[in-house]
Amino acid sequence: MDARTTSALLYLDAVSVSFDGFKALNDLSLTVEAGEMRAIIGPNGAGKTTMMDVITGKTRPDKGDVYFDGSHDLTSLDETQIAELGIGRKFQKPTVFEMHTVEDNLRLALKDDRTARATLAWRETAAEQARIGEILGVIRLGPVRRRVAGSLSHGQKQWLEIGMLLAQDPKLLLVDEPVAGLTDVETHQTAELLREIARVKTVVVVEHDMTFVRELGVKVTCLHEGSVLAEGTIDQVSANERVVEVYLGR
Amino acid sequence: MTSSPLIRALDRSAVTFILVLVAIGVIVPLLNLALPPSSPWHVPTYLVALWGKYVCYALLALSIDLIWGYCGILSLGHGAFFALGGYAMGMYLMRQIGTRGVYADPIRPDFMVFLNWPELPVYWYGFQHFAYAALMVLLVPGLLAFVFGWFAFRSRVTGVYLSIITQALTYALMLGFFRNNFGFGGNNGLTDFKDILGFNVQAQPTRAALFAISVAALILGFLICRTIVASKLGMVLISIRDAESRTRFLGYRVENYKLFVFTLSACMAGVAGALYVPQVGIINPSEFAPGNSIEAVIWVAVGGRGTLIGAVLGAAVVNYGKTTFTSGLLAPYWLFVLGSLFVLVTLLLPRGIVGTVRHYRGAWRERRNAAHGRGAQAAPKPAE
Ligand SMILES: Nc1ncnc2c1ncn2[C@@H]1O[C@H](COP(=O)(O)OP(=O)(O)O)[C@@H](O)[C@H]1O
Ligand SMILES: [Mg+2]
Repeated sequence: MDARTTSALLYLDAVSVSFDGFKALNDLSLTVEAGEMRAIIGPNGAGKTTMMDVITGKTRPDKGDVYFDGSHDLTSLDETQIAELGIGRKFQKPTVFEMHTVEDNLRLALKDDRTARATLAWRETAAEQARIGEILGVIRLGPVRRRVAGSLSHGQKQWLEIGMLLAQDPKLLLVDEPVAGLTDVETHQTAELLREIARVKTVVVVEHDMTFVRELGVKVTCLHEGSVLAEGTIDQVSANERVVEVYLGR
Repeated sequence: MTSSPLIRALDRSAVTFILVLVAIGVIVPLLNLALPPSSPWHVPTYLVALWGKYVCYALLALSIDLIWGYCGILSLGHGAFFALGGYAMGMYLMRQIGTRGVYADPIRPDFMVFLNWPELPVYWYGFQHFAYAALMVLLVPGLLAFVFGWFAFRSRVTGVYLSIITQALTYALMLGFFRNNFGFGGNNGLTDFKDILGFNVQAQPTRAALFAISVAALILGFLICRTIVASKLGMVLISIRDAESRTRFLGYRVENYKLFVFTLSACMAGVAGALYVPQVGIINPSEFAPGNSIEAVIWVAVGGRGTLIGAVLGAAVVNYGKTTFTSGLLAPYWLFVLGSLFVLVTLLLPRGIVGTVRHYRGAWRERRNAAHGRGAQAAPKPAE
């Protein structure tokens, strides 16, 4: 393993991605320190999801560096390896395993040996069972634990996916639009939940919903056309002239 | 959920199903051997052989259901693994003929003498030993599936593209095996078998024994598949089937899982082919025909994919229909019947026979539980 090149947990430097000539990410640089929670805002098409795709190995950048924990070059690893390093992701469109029960979704996400041999011989331990019960409590899905995930409401799926993230016990959580389609109450609860998680984890949250971002009360990065437009507290960022222009000018 | 994987595999329907198979495997040979042909309960030997063929088809269907029903890999070339297992067995049977062949050559099968081949090709060595041939029955399909899968799954070939290249695989093998210089008897294939392990392949007791062994192989195959699908590995397979990339982001190495079940499935298909050949008395390149593989997929669809029991049932039902049809006036229309059956099942019964039954039984249970105030709420409340 190479020597540590940065103290940040997540380090992106001059990352560019283009799709058929269209630059989804344009010289994007961003660092997130260990233990930090960061909110990423930006209009539709700003490149927020693409940034997560790059971090999790779904999309290879055309150029630029992406380092995790200072020493892992994420651009040379695939999705599985990156997940093994401890990066978990919640997708913009909630993706849970619809045919599995709520519990089984968590079971599959639970940190454990992921080789085919280990899963074949697997028996659930009491510790695992307790952990699943605990997570079900946190995401408030205890009463529906035996239901298939496909029958959950949109909000419940969002929460189940957050529960799966918790079960994975990653070092870094990437959370893409967790409150899209949720009611105000649910949005508020989600903010609380994420703040709770952020006490022990490093979290990057992408969100449009400004009330929600305000409620998180963390450092905000505003993306626009694939690069950072502004960074700072929510008040600083929303007072920034260019941000106002981008958000309101269209 | 803390019980051992095998215990978990044996739920009520699995146990019932195994008991039914055991009964069939015991009773059919008994009715054939122990009763005189005059008895109304006597099962004639030709039927034993015919049903034995269905059992082999059922094992093939099971192997397809494991990968298609549970992991979403639609192989349209599984007939190739079946045929390769069949050829390995056929090579053993050919070498047992010895001097009883038309040309009475102690080493070379007739077709080699006929083609003026001076000696036995190296790849025919060892096949006079049953143990070696049995090993090849597993190894040849398994190795081919492993190499094929290694490239296909690593390069993330999925869906229709994968189905197409599996078709191409079996087609290419068919063309190869049709050639005389391939060394497997060309378009005539391997036939005129005399005995297996010293027993006459045509003899009534041998046929009864082959039937019983085929049923035993089917039970073993079913047990293996059940153990897999009831384990956490089975849960991962379903996750791959329904949301492959999500499974990757959770840290599962999808290609390894696929490679494992695909290779295992090919070995099962190989065993099915090996048991099939002594019962039908011939193996030729037409077993590689792409249509055969597609037909096998239809059995699974009819019975209900992702149910295992359905695969076995589908193979039996469709092949029974085929036998009935192709021996009557309607024989020329069998392919139309099969095609319409597939269309009808896809449109009207997308879950297949067993899948549909399970679906309605599940829905009925849920309603009953709801009426009794049980059901989902019965789950223990988590600490909140
Ligand atoms: N796979 C892709 N192929 C082509 N264009 C894409 C692809 N993914 C994203 N884009 C484009 O890149 C831009 C950024 O998308 P995205 O990262 O999803 O934005 P955001 O999440 O900020 O709304 C959009 O214009 C989108 O259409
Ligand atoms: Mg997005």
